[in-house]
Amino acid sequence: MRILYILWLRQVKRFFRAKSRIVGAVGQPLLFLVALGYGIGSVYARAGQGSYLDFLVPGIMAQTVLFSAMFYGAMIMFDKQFGFLKETLVAPVSRFKIMFGGAVGGATTATLQGLLVFVISLCLGFRPEHWALVPVAIVILGLLAVAIASFSSGIGSFVQDMQGFQAINQFLVFPLYFLSGALYPLQHVPNWLRIVAECNPMSYAVDAMRDVLIGQTHFGLAKDLIVLGVTVVTLVIFGSYRFRHIEV
Amino acid sequence: MSSPTIKLEHVTKRFGKVTAVNDVSFEVEKGELFALLGPNGAGKSTTIKMLTTLLKPTEGKLTLASHDVMKAQDKARKSFGIVFQDPSVDTEMTAYENMELHAALYSIKGNETKNRIRTLLEMVELWDRRDTLVKNYSGGMKRRLEIARGLLHHPHVLFLDEPTLGLDTQTRNLLWQYVRDMSREEGMTVFFTTHYLEEAEMVADRIGIIDHGKLIALGTSKELTKLTGTKTLEQAYLELTGKTVRDEAADPHEAWAARHRSRMMR
Repeated sequence: MRILYILWLRQVKRFFRAKSRIVGAVGQPLLFLVALGYGIGSVYARAGQGSYLDFLVPGIMAQTVLFSAMFYGAMIMFDKQFGFLKETLVAPVSRFKIMFGGAVGGATTATLQGLLVFVISLCLGFRPEHWALVPVAIVILGLLAVAIASFSSGIGSFVQDMQGFQAINQFLVFPLYFLSGALYPLQHVPNWLRIVAECNPMSYAVDAMRDVLIGQTHFGLAKDLIVLGVTVVTLVIFGSYRFRHIEV
Repeated sequence: MSSPTIKLEHVTKRFGKVTAVNDVSFEVEKGELFALLGPNGAGKSTTIKMLTTLLKPTEGKLTLASHDVMKAQDKARKSFGIVFQDPSVDTEMTAYENMELHAALYSIKGNETKNRIRTLLEMVELWDRRDTLVKNYSGGMKRRLEIARGLLHHPHVLFLDEPTLGLDTQTRNLLWQYVRDMSREEGMTVFFTTHYLEEAEMVADRIGIIDHGKLIALGTSKELTKLTGTKTLEQAYLELTGKTVRDEAADPHEAWAARHRSRMMR
């Protein structure tokens, strides 16, 4: 436990020391919320769908977690490049603990950023349907964050340089986000797009968030949570498998 | 007679068609200061990486403090400390935090940790700067911190891979002083590589010379000069390894590291 704790603490400390990361963590979602929320909101309301901002907030929270949890893989790249990784790899600690301790740390900071978006949303007039369910939303964000952080550590383990990591990151993150139903309801989209979204685990995290926060769901909460659970387990296994084969 | 602290038996490492280390066998005794010398790409770093569990040998057996490096990996890992060729401290944390993290990774007990960290940071004269982020340290300070960190868990063996590269004379002398003191106090074995031959001559009890992955000579500095009929270790070394310049990196990962080395400022 002490080992997991210290590796977790390292990620959290480093996050709070990097002021630019905190600014970026707030800036981008705020832009999405304001530009999309107000830009598309009027059309959305005229189409008889209600408040687009309400619809958007759970999706943007999930997006924030997706983007920032992917950053944990970049941390592994930095550790590889600046040598610190070797210090952990020669220590008498299983590689799973090294990967997982850091991933949970990265997931913690990602979840905090998701919550920050929630607070910003409140300032913009968003209100959850049931306040009592907000802790459930936090748990969902946390699970998504652990899954994504493990996934990114798997990628960070076999990519050799930062440029390569960024390329793969962009290649994966944007489709996961734009094809997830975070920005639009899946009810009325063309069939092919709905099928793609149904294959995207991110859709289920977004859907679960939306169900818990504004009471709208496409798949149903039970299905959401099952898919999310399976995703977490699969990606933790993927991440630790790749990390075990890391070479420095 | 006690068993040797470091033992290599017919160790070979191949990367595809390249043989980086070729059937190397030798032993290092407890408390001994041992230098492994050789031109760039001769197999020094590969040997250290195999001894420190970062690389698996293709063939052969390695033993550290009576633990089989392959079979009892965690016990072997606990028995050594290492200062890598390139810096390996977390520069976004303070020196003290780096030490604490190391203590946790090696499961050193809480109450013992504080005293040990203090003793070592005082030894390398960094105690007053313990709460400074390491990114604000000079190259020499980072090296001293790495030495202190490598000693934190009372290792039986300390590996130093070109520890004095790029350091000024004062820091180099200090560094060897710490290492020798600790070796004497705790009976610790020291295994190091260097390109400064006068350093090997001064510090090492015995010297191994490796070239093209083969161990070509082994003995005290005197024995090596006698063997080659030369006056200094440098002359003996050149006699044994020739005068041609080598390309670095038989190990492909080392080649990758070399490409990135320019970014890893000391």
